Amino acid sequence: MNSIVTQERIIALRKKRSAQDLRFKYYGFIAMCLALAVLVFLLYSIFSRGFTAFQKTTILLEINYDQEVLKLTPDSTEKEIEKGKFFKVKKNALNNVFENLSKSDAKLIKKLFSTNIDNEIKNYFLNNPSVLNTKQKLWVTAHSNVDQMLKGNSSRDVPEDRRKLNDIQLSFIDQLVQENRIQKEFNNFFFTRADSRHPEIAGIAGSFMGSLLTLFVVFILSFPIAIGASVYLEEFAPKNKLTELIEVNISNLAAVPSIVFGLLGLGVLLNVFGFPRSTPLVGGTVLALMTLPTIIIACRASLKAVPPSIKEGALAIGATKSQAVFHHVVPLALPGTLTGTIIGLAQALGETAPLIMIGMVAFIPNIPTGITEPSASLPVQIFLWVESAERGFQEKSAAAIMIILLFLFMMNALAVYLRNRFEKKW
Amino acid sequence: MFFWSIVLILIGIYSSYIFGQSRIKKLVYSTNLKPKSQYNYHAQYVLSWCLLPALIVYFSWAVFEEQIIQNLILDSFEYVEGAAYDDGLLLAEIRNVANNTDFSEGKSKEIINAASQYKSLKLTSEISFYISIIIIMVLGSLYAVRKINIQFNAQDTIEKYIKYILIFCSSIAVLTTIGIIFSLIFESFRFFSQVSIFEFLFSTEWYPFIPIREGQAAAEGSFGAVPIFAGTFLIMIVAMCVAAPIGLLTAIYLSEYASQKVRKTVKPLLEILAGIPTIVYGFFAFVTVAPFVKSFGQSIGIDASPTSALAAGLVMGVMIIPFISSLSDDVINSVPQNLREGSLGIGANKAETIKKVILPAALPGIVGAFLLAISRAIGETMIVVVAAGTAANLTANPFENVTTVTVQIVVALIGDQEFDNPRTLSAFALGLVLFVITLSLNVLALRIVKKYRERYE
Amino acid sequence: MVDKNNTKILAKDVDVFYSEKQALNKISMDIKEKEVTALIGPSGCGKSTFLRCINRMNDLIEICKVSGSIKVDNEEIISSATDVVSLRSKIGMVFQKPNPFPKSIFDNVAYGPSIHGLADTKSDLENIVITSLKKAGLYNEVKDRLNEPGTSLSGGQQQRLCIARAIAVNPEIILMDEPCSALDPIATAIIEELIDELRLNYTIIIVTHSMQQAARVSQKTCFFHLGELIETGDTNKIFTNPDNTKTQDYITGRFG
Repeated sequence: MNSIVTQERIIALRKKRSAQDLRFKYYGFIAMCLALAVLVFLLYSIFSRGFTAFQKTTILLEINYDQEVLKLTPDSTEKEIEKGKFFKVKKNALNNVFENLSKSDAKLIKKLFSTNIDNEIKNYFLNNPSVLNTKQKLWVTAHSNVDQMLKGNSSRDVPEDRRKLNDIQLSFIDQLVQENRIQKEFNNFFFTRADSRHPEIAGIAGSFMGSLLTLFVVFILSFPIAIGASVYLEEFAPKNKLTELIEVNISNLAAVPSIVFGLLGLGVLLNVFGFPRSTPLVGGTVLALMTLPTIIIACRASLKAVPPSIKEGALAIGATKSQAVFHHVVPLALPGTLTGTIIGLAQALGETAPLIMIGMVAFIPNIPTGITEPSASLPVQIFLWVESAERGFQEKSAAAIMIILLFLFMMNALAVYLRNRFEKKW
Repeated sequence: MFFWSIVLILIGIYSSYIFGQSRIKKLVYSTNLKPKSQYNYHAQYVLSWCLLPALIVYFSWAVFEEQIIQNLILDSFEYVEGAAYDDGLLLAEIRNVANNTDFSEGKSKEIINAASQYKSLKLTSEISFYISIIIIMVLGSLYAVRKINIQFNAQDTIEKYIKYILIFCSSIAVLTTIGIIFSLIFESFRFFSQVSIFEFLFSTEWYPFIPIREGQAAAEGSFGAVPIFAGTFLIMIVAMCVAAPIGLLTAIYLSEYASQKVRKTVKPLLEILAGIPTIVYGFFAFVTVAPFVKSFGQSIGIDASPTSALAAGLVMGVMIIPFISSLSDDVINSVPQNLREGSLGIGANKAETIKKVILPAALPGIVGAFLLAISRAIGETMIVVVAAGTAANLTANPFENVTTVTVQIVVALIGDQEFDNPRTLSAFALGLVLFVITLSLNVLALRIVKKYRERYE
Repeated sequence: MVDKNNTKILAKDVDVFYSEKQALNKISMDIKEKEVTALIGPSGCGKSTFLRCINRMNDLIEICKVSGSIKVDNEEIISSATDVVSLRSKIGMVFQKPNPFPKSIFDNVAYGPSIHGLADTKSDLENIVITSLKKAGLYNEVKDRLNEPGTSLSGGQQQRLCIARAIAVNPEIILMDEPCSALDPIATAIIEELIDELRLNYTIIIVTHSMQQAARVSQKTCFFHLGELIETGDTNKIFTNPDNTKTQDYITGRFG
């Protein structure tokens, strides 16, 4: 039917077409690889920055717990010890880090140590009161600047005026390194302390506790409400305009930016209802309202998955509708609703913006113990540290991100496990 | 108060249940008739009449107690002539003194007096709380027990109560929406009574620095939000330029080309990307991408700001890649298989089938997905708060520093909040704009997607 | 009786597996040029699977493995070296459910010729579209509304549109997978008439559920049962005097 010329042209076109086909496939493949590469790069850039925060630098310091200097006696009570002159002991120790230090050098030496070492010296004494009038060698925390320098996070090759540590201080550090009087050890402060103005003693315990309390509030509020709402919408609600309104409302609420929920918390919960500011109570309430649509949608899906035959079976033996629903349908849907709730909680755990609005962004240096105490939360803590100018906070924020990712991962794994373990194929 | 009220309520629950149960048992025993409902429903009936009023009292106390006490304190406070007072600061001071978290040494006599008044009011309130909660529980139980008899259908009543509770649960979502709209509109109204709405929408100058306290030196503020909207738009465009092609091509590759095995590994990985908190992306943008963009800008001779729109936009794009890819994946998968077969059956290759049949068929769904992604990008906060600037710049250059609606909301609220100062109130006006835009995008997108679904069902 | 010269498709020992499950077992048959061959048999007997082997449509199913040999015009097509695209341009297919693309009627038909580069100019393309629509017996019904979406047509018209779409790329073979099962009796009658006309120019293989239809439109009939080819032969013979008792039972309605 076709001339030979057309036939040849068609064959040529066919080659071109198959090349196009292949190219298009590669575009897709490249796009996918790009997305995955970004994920790897992101995790790498966090982990490579963060893992150093799990170690801290300590310096060996010889401390003379002299009775005269401390103004203490062997029978001093704990209260008296609290008021002991430990700063003087520290001063003496610092002056003797190296022999024959000039006054200006001693000042520079002092800046190599954390401001917290007074407490460390005191705490050691509180735990071992028998060391009175002895000389003790103690590993005490180094200043963040020293820590960052030794971890290689800040370079020593830049000009002196752009460094936190000057040349003399660097030579001191080198000498300490040579004499093995400086070491890296596990950073217990990171896990046991709350926020601090000094990076070397700042930790995530406070914000972690805040997150835990907030999630507790979220769970207490959202789980029963979500189950109630989804049971009503799925099983009881009449098919009318009002029900439809509620449904449309829920699906749209799920897409409202989180920051708007923060404004709701500020404008209504704080200003109208007078909830206590900056607390897990109000933070948890806001996040519960925010995650509620997500959880309701998940709960409804799992209620829908229970076959109607089960409910009909219960109704057929004379159960009332609510008996059929609460005795048969809800227990069967429970694993699914739990999975949905965990995913909602994971979303709440990572949320930052609404908490900033309701004041959970304040600097809180102690660990909260109740839901009505001011506290921070883990993502807000990360935000505060990222915004901070101090170099030492950068690795802390990366490390805190590692912790939060670990928890998110565990929560999601738990949700997947629950789903696989209890999901029934009907 | 929290712990003891829980204990009190638990005791109330237990004793009212036992009370109701014994009551109906006694009735059955004395009349020797079969009751209409089982014992436990009667007991539950009494329990609910004990518990629900008590909970209402508990919550209203929790919500209003502090407010009422504060008002009483402020009303009776002996203001010293000529001194400037700030209600919030004053109350905080009084509370600190009362709770011994602040030393009373050096405080004025008025404050110390008010603190002791605060303390005694607190105590009175606490005592009357416990008394009233006990009275209400007892009264409720008594009322319910009086209604119990053999003929009483307790089961029906209980089920009706359950239904009311369920209805209340589902109305929370609606109440939330109403709360959002109420707070946004109310505070925006206050804002627009001080700043003209035309200035806000059309003026290009944004300097929200009105002195918070008198005597603070600062210029008169101006509130033209155009540069903020423009900045938001610019960052959104950058983000979509990254996310739209990558997300869509990934979805196409996964749904049309990839083997089952690849799909099963890549999809969860993309979900990880979707589950990363936005503050983490913010960190990534600030610490890794922004310096890279800056040095890239220098290498091509452009002086990039350290908080450039490009860095924030790129990272935001990465954030919405999984969002677009999973939505598009759904849409592409819902294109009926027989269209694919029809096209392949006449000798079209895969790329032609995708480009000429599947994508046109899926277009409405993909548009819907993009709209949802745009709405997401506009409402995203933490990336831009960390990585974008705070100064309102009207520019289309992505290497420059721009600001967004969400950033300005955070900036306005992060320090001192003064609810009669337009700087603080501007957050709510911006929030209202944000809410309206994201909501309409969302409604539109959902409608398009729904229409599209109906077409193939 | 068998004339080797005009054999169009020659299948030999075709096995098909869906993962572990065998769907076809050693199918061998030859199909003549310019004839209608009907594949009949109960549901799940593998007749559609066999049909989809001929234009390699089974490639779309990841778990499907085909072995054996099918030769079209003496060319092996069950091989990784086969150019599926050119194979499919030679073998058109019409599906059970009409599946017009969500495009205009014109674009539906023009889609094939334009991707295969069969038309140089716009008027060429128009010619192809009109001829194909005419061949499919649809032209008179749609000539005034070629720009309306293909989905706006009735079921029977949609199916004829799909036939026109298949014809437009100039195939030599047309595969039809139960083309009338979604249509009403009148539309079915029109399609059957059309098949009878198309037989003059094309080799047609039709899978059908309806034995009456097979009897009406086909010259050759193949009976499949549980993945095996039980009997093949002239339609008249199969329906009046089958060799195999299973065939006998099926066409008299005792099972299936």
